[in-house]
Order: sequence, then structure tokens, then C-alpha cells
Amino acid sequence: MSKITQMQSDRFGSFGGRYVPETLVGALDEVAVAYAEASGDESFQDELKRLNTSFVGRPTPLYHAERLGGAAGNRDVWLKREDLNHTGAHKINNTIGQALLAGRMGKRRIIAETGAGQHGVATATACALFDLECVVYMGEEDVKRQALNVYRMQLLGAEVRPVNSGTRTLKDATNEAIRDWVTNVDSTHYIIGSVVGPDPFPRMVRDFQSIIGREAREQFLECLGRLPASVVACVGGGSNAMGMFHPFVYDESVELVGVEAGGSGIESGQHSASLAAGTPGVLHGSLSYLLQDSDGQVLPAHSVSAGLDYPGVGPEHSHLKDMGRVRYTFATDEQALGAFHKLSELEGIIPALETAHAIAYVLEHGASVSGPILVCLSGRGDKDVSHVAEVEGRGGFF
Amino acid sequence: MKASAIRSVFAAVQEEGRAALIPYVTAGHPVGDSTATVLQALADSGADLIELGVPFSDPLADGPTIQGSSFSSLQNGTTVEDVLAELKTFRAERTTPVVLFTYLNPVLHYGLEDFLSDATECGASGLLLTDLPVGADCEVERTVAESPLDFIRLVAPTTRAERVPEIAENGSGFLYYISRAGVTGARSQLRESLSDEVAALRSQVGLPVAVGFGISTPEQAREVGRASDGVVIGSALVRIMDESGVEAGARFVARLRAALD
Repeated sequence: MSKITQMQSDRFGSFGGRYVPETLVGALDEVAVAYAEASGDESFQDELKRLNTSFVGRPTPLYHAERLGGAAGNRDVWLKREDLNHTGAHKINNTIGQALLAGRMGKRRIIAETGAGQHGVATATACALFDLECVVYMGEEDVKRQALNVYRMQLLGAEVRPVNSGTRTLKDATNEAIRDWVTNVDSTHYIIGSVVGPDPFPRMVRDFQSIIGREAREQFLECLGRLPASVVACVGGGSNAMGMFHPFVYDESVELVGVEAGGSGIESGQHSASLAAGTPGVLHGSLSYLLQDSDGQVLPAHSVSAGLDYPGVGPEHSHLKDMGRVRYTFATDEQALGAFHKLSELEGIIPALETAHAIAYVLEHGASVSGPILVCLSGRGDKDVSHVAEVEGRGGFF
Repeated sequence: MKASAIRSVFAAVQEEGRAALIPYVTAGHPVGDSTATVLQALADSGADLIELGVPFSDPLADGPTIQGSSFSSLQNGTTVEDVLAELKTFRAERTTPVVLFTYLNPVLHYGLEDFLSDATECGASGLLLTDLPVGADCEVERTVAESPLDFIRLVAPTTRAERVPEIAENGSGFLYYISRAGVTGARSQLRESLSDEVAALRSQVGLPVAVGFGISTPEQAREVGRASDGVVIGSALVRIMDESGVEAGARFVARLRAALD
């Protein structure tokens, strides 16, 4: 064999990479080049900043959750309010950035995958804003679980395509989006919704989401004159966590905690805790921790929250785990549902079920942290109200 | 260069002045038929080389037909070990070379070196990994290249010209040209520029060039066969076997072969 030129240097330790069909190699190069150019282009950064301010509603507030802190046994619990972004979650930080990039690349058609529907709504919103054609792939199961978000996407002018292959959830919606991209690669940009997928997506999505951590770090220093002792975020694919953690990675005094979806409990096998219970493997273009069986087949994930219901995780998280820089733990469905109620009652904030996993961790472990805790309140829970009512036996509303 | 059963096949069909016929089947499909028997039926109907799909739960380069065959095979409990055992049974009966066609994860999970040596021992002649483009993982690629298996690499219509020599240099056996941007699946029309693209590729590389993705009729096989060294038929065959059984699939392969002769 003759010498092979390794494609890219942007791995995270041994994780990440570009494990994709040959058909996509050129497109990934194109995205990487366009992204590098945009990153160094002041006009791109200015436009992104302008939209973040006037359209998304940034900076989002840092809020001192005193009653939650009381319940957690730590008076200094602070919430980074990503739920106050336009469309109700952190997802839009990424979709605005990538839609701008698609414009630079001359791509007029956008595809996306979605689980809970938050990324689908954020993508559809960005496409409406920039007048781009938008197709969102969503597992049939999730289409049922998240009917409200399906209608929101349609209102925004997107076409929602239900996916009935495999487990009919986020993993399969992602497969289908990649198949679409392979087929329509000349006209289409794929806005991946998390820090997953082949390079350059994990680092690009991280960069767009890092505004969360940059703002929070600055606000924390301003309000408290110090850094937090602990920073907590939920992890599915891991974009809100990566965006929150990244600016703190070199602050050695700051403990970073990622909370995965423990579903019915790790021992039950019904969970989405790829980092806590998975092993390294290749899915959706990158090497990362993965839930898989003894034959290397990907296992279905489980979580009460559709947004965490994913058997993989961003490759940078895998690296941070192996380095020991971030501690990954999990909260079960039951704990998340408890936290969903608690935050609503104590603070008047209904969190997304995904976010409720991070809150559950704080309620459980807040007292043992000596110092202030910063939590990424990644999204609001309006989308989950019907689902929670159904899970709790009160019947759904939509 | 490797002493390759696959290269011998291409040399032989070239002598005959035709393209090689390369049917694809998914191992463990149709459910209920032994894969060794399916392979034997293909070999006896005129297959020159066979692509055997090792099913993966997330076949993102495949269209609905092969997705469906992979899904039902896995639902029925097919494992990588099962596939290799069936291959071994087939190999005791027939000499037709077999290329294992799969995704990286089941191979990595099995253990790359173990997989390569077990596959070789069970009689595989080549390996094609759809989600491992040239340059994606030098260490893995080097290990495969150093094994006795031919390493089948793909070239797509979207592959930039400057990448082609590197792909060709790092593949062996034959080069697989993807007939169109997209996933596997039968199509009623081939692109008009296909013959020219294949001709350009053949003039550029030192390997035989087989064409696959979307070829579904004897007429299309003949047309592609005129321009290339080999014709891969996947989804169309998988569908026929799914709907009408292995014998119908074997008859279809015989008709494809007649179209190439």
C-alpha cells in the first residue's frame, strides 16, 4: 500500500474523524473550508452577532435560582437561561450560524434531523429567516410524541418527513438525513443538530454553541467575582454541554459535570447513557462512545426525553471523559420528571425534559458542592407538557 | 501485488471480452434460506464474483431495499460469526471469490485483526467498508491493506479528480465506481454521462473498474458492461429474492449473465 494522507487533523484524541461514504468526502471538505473562511471573516462574525442580538435574544440572562438552591442545599445555584432564546432552546445558536454558512456556500436547500423537534424548529426558523428550502427528518415515534413541534415546523414552512426505518427515532432520522445528503449533496447543506457527525461538524457546532459558556463565564465573574465551583449540563448528543463546558475546560478549579439520560436505570439496559455505559464505536461518521451489542450493532436508546434518546454522543465528550476533565453521570427518567416539577414549582420555570436531567443532578448533589453551581438551562418545557401529562396518566393534550 | 483471486477473475473475463457479473446479497436474507445455499445458487447462475453484505443496524449508505434486508436479517439474529461460518460452508463447495461488504463498526467491534484473519480463513477474497473512505483512518486502512484480503475502495461521481490516484493506489482487486450520488437502490434510468466517466476512470487507474448503485435490468447491465470491467447488481436482486425467493433470484442472475456474454 502506498502512503495515505490522513484526511484531517481535527480529532479529539482518538475520537471523531470522517467515517462517511466516499460521496460525502468532497462536501465535508467544502464545509470545512467554508467554515474556516467564515471564522476568519469579520463580516460573517458581525452578521452572526447582529442576529444573535436582535433575532435570537442574546445574551441570555444568568439567573440566581435561590429557591432551587434551597431545595438542593446549596444557596448559590445559577441558571444560564438558554430557554429564553427565540424558539425556546440553545439549538438556534447553531442553526443560525450554519444557515449563514450555507448561504456563503450557495446552498439553497437545508436538511436536518430532529428528535424532540427543538432542532427541527430551530432549523425551520433559520430557513424561514434566510428563505431556504427546509426538509426535516424525524422518527415516526417522535412525530407522535412531539406533535406540537411537527406543526410548528410546518408553520415555519418546513417539510417534515417521518422516518419509519430501524427504531424510528433520532438515530434513524439521522441515517435518513445522511442518505438525503449523499443523494443531493450538490444543492444541499446538512445542518446537524448536535456536536456529532463527521468532522468538521462536532467542532463547528461546538464553536457556535460556545457562546453559552463564554457569556456565562463572563456573567459569573461579573455577578460573583469568581468562577463557579461546578458547571452542570445535560448530555444527549451533547451540544449544550459542549457549548457550556468549552470555555471552562482550561479553568482547572472548575468541575465539569455532564448528566446523561439514565432512563429506567443503567442496569435495566433501557437508557441513553453512552458515556456511562457504552464503548467506543463508529456511528454517523465519527468514532465515539456508543451503545452497542456484542456484535457491534447499535442498540436502541431509551429516555423519557426524545432529545436525549440517542445511542451515540459527540466525540469531544468521549475525549473529555477519557482525559478525566469532565465527569459524566446520569439521571433516571423518574429523577428527571421529579426535577421537571420541582423547577416549575420553585422557580416558575418549566424546563425541557432534557434539561430536567441536569436539574435532577443538582437537586441530588448540590449540597456536596462547596461553592457556586452553574447549570445550563438548555431549553424550556412547553413542548413536553403534553408528554409528561401522558406519562403521569393524565392523558396528553395534543 | 497480492496473488488475488479477484484479479484472476477480472483477467479471465477480459479474455472472454466481457464484464464480470457481481451480484450482491445480504447475509441472512432471505430469512429462512441458508446463506451458503444462496451463494451457491448465485455461483451456479453465472456470478463471477459475489458481494456478501454483513448486515449493520445503521446502513446509512443503503436505500430502502438493502436496509430492509439488513434489518430482517438482524431481527432474525444474524451475527458476524454466522456470516463467516456460512461463507466457509460455501467455500468448501465453490471457488467463486467473495467480497465482504459492510460498515466499519461491526468489524471494529469484532476486532479488526481477528476479523481479517477469520474472514480470510473462511474464504473471503476481499473487503469493502462503505464508511471508510481513503484517508479516514490510516491505521485501520494499513491493517486491512496488509491482510491477504483485497481492499475494495470506492470512487463517487463527487470524488475530486485529484483524489482518484490516491484511492486507486490504496485499493486492490478492483475499484468500485458509484454510478450516481446517492444510496444503493434500483433505478429505471442510468445517467447519460456514466459511460464517459467510467472510461475516464479506467484510463487513469491500474485496477479493473466495476460499476454499481442503481443497475437493475439486464439491458442496463449490458450497457454498463460495455463501458466497465464489472457490473454490480444489488438492490434489484435482493428485492427479487425477497419477493419471489432464491430460485427466482438465481434466474435473474442467469439473465444478467446472458446479457453480459
